[in-house]
Amino acid sequence: MGNYITTVAVNIAIFSLLALSLNIIIGYAGQSMMGHAAFFGIGAYTAAIMTNAGINFWLSLPAAMLVTGALGSIIGIISLRLRDDFLAITTIGINFVMVALFQNMDFFGGSLGMAVKTPSFLGQRMTSTHFLVLLVILIVLVCLLIQKMNNSWFGLALASLRGDEGAAQSFGVNVNHYKVLAFIIGTAIAGLTGGIYAHRMTFIFSSNFAFVISISIISMVVVGGVGTIRGPLIGAILLGAAPEVLRFAQDYRMILYGGVIVLMMRFQPQGLLGEDSFLQRKFNQYISPILNKKGGESHA
Amino acid sequence: MFLQQLLNGIMIGSVYALTAMGATLIYGILRILDIANAGAYVAGAYFGWFIYFKTGNLILAFLISMAATGLIGVLLHRFIYAPILSKPRILPIVPLVASVGLFTLSGDLARLIAGPGTKAYNVDFGTEVINIGKLTVVPAWILIIVLTALLFTILWLILNRTKLGLAWRATAEDSDIAQAMGVNTNSAMALSYILGYGFAAAAGIMVGILYNSITPALGEVPSYKMLSIIVLGGLGSPVGTVIAGLFIGLAETMFSAYNLAFIPKDSIAFIVLILVLLIKPSGLISKSNNI
Repeated sequence: MGNYITTVAVNIAIFSLLALSLNIIIGYAGQSMMGHAAFFGIGAYTAAIMTNAGINFWLSLPAAMLVTGALGSIIGIISLRLRDDFLAITTIGINFVMVALFQNMDFFGGSLGMAVKTPSFLGQRMTSTHFLVLLVILIVLVCLLIQKMNNSWFGLALASLRGDEGAAQSFGVNVNHYKVLAFIIGTAIAGLTGGIYAHRMTFIFSSNFAFVISISIISMVVVGGVGTIRGPLIGAILLGAAPEVLRFAQDYRMILYGGVIVLMMRFQPQGLLGEDSFLQRKFNQYISPILNKKGGESHA
Repeated sequence: MFLQQLLNGIMIGSVYALTAMGATLIYGILRILDIANAGAYVAGAYFGWFIYFKTGNLILAFLISMAATGLIGVLLHRFIYAPILSKPRILPIVPLVASVGLFTLSGDLARLIAGPGTKAYNVDFGTEVINIGKLTVVPAWILIIVLTALLFTILWLILNRTKLGLAWRATAEDSDIAQAMGVNTNSAMALSYILGYGFAAAAGIMVGILYNSITPALGEVPSYKMLSIIVLGGLGSPVGTVIAGLFIGLAETMFSAYNLAFIPKDSIAFIVLILVLLIKPSGLISKSNNI
């Protein structure tokens, strides 16, 4: 595989993980989390500081998950006290404050950023291809986890909470418990992704985790389709590849990006592949019957 | 020294309040966080610059820029926000993401049309500084404080002394009941956008004059600072927004003047916000029935 293609693919894979994990919080638990990049950053800095202190890369990743998940649980607990809009603003605020901390504390390398050593795997320095394989394995695992989650009592509780929180509560669903759990899982995966990202880039800056990155992740989830597994994946692939494909239109890139997001929200707020989206309806109308006919009874 | 900082803080704070007022008026009626309001601030600054550059008349620049930006606001509401909000069962994050998209568009359109560089405002007040005792006052400060006070007085009069204002307050209280009582909620929404985007445009011109420069990235800091101000003001309360704007303006100036800040002053607004929200989740100033 070409070096350029691998680089783009790694980038898309990282954003796929971020979009999938954010979707657990936004899509499944229905919470307005606007500062996902802060947790991506916390994971990145945690892992980077650990490996710079001589700890093994493969140990730094679970540690990054633990630290981010623990901090994520605090946001989860805060979310119990705040309604939607307040939570959105608070998480935006946390994103800005975290970036300010990364930028101004010498502990995090300050404005110079932080250099990270390339980790090794079986005695070999890890290449882009190694990272890509690692990321793809993680994407598959996360998708399986989300699917398992959806089919469990946890997924059912989150669905009821999304539909009508008051009703869910009165039926004895411990809403708070599940909300916090969704925050922990979502942020922990973001932290893990951050750890990998830091070692892949070998240099991290506070601006890598700015609010605009949170916005990109949210756009991927929303453009693809909130509350599905395929949605964030398609969103990450489309919006992740867009800057490369649109390279010829460098000057108009952000305008197209902004315009697509506005038009999507205006005409397809459920996303390209979300429940009851245009494509989903057409699929059900034309393609599902054909597949069902061919698949015969095995589908039913 | 203290008085000087106080004046400085009030001046910065009134620009903040003016910028955030649009977001407050819109939240009061539509219950959405309109980050694109910071885009109106950029658009207003550029319209104002263009008109001032062409005519040399500052009053004309303020008036036309405010009217044009207000009109854009009404059109955005009519063709983007209203259709989104009329859809059943949308996630609360959808209008917010749409407004972020609009905000991105505004900055980039400004960059494409006017160029990426910095534009100088070069407004000539006839004198550089005025010294009153120990105080040093720049003419632009007087312009900002007086004009903000004037605009807020007009807003207060509209909201409290006109039928349209009554419609606004009724819709903000309870949109459904207001509608059932025959209140024209559409005109209340249009009022929010005209005034809100118009005020943001005025704030954009003021900041352009104050720092004698505008860039396409002008809206980035206000876009989030505005959010913390409207929450501190109790989301949807115009009076609260003025108080919160002044409070943040003063806090920032005092913190940086006395070297109390270990982090950049632009994140003070959010640290105050997070602390306040944890202690009092309904904001610093809130009506008892606001939540």
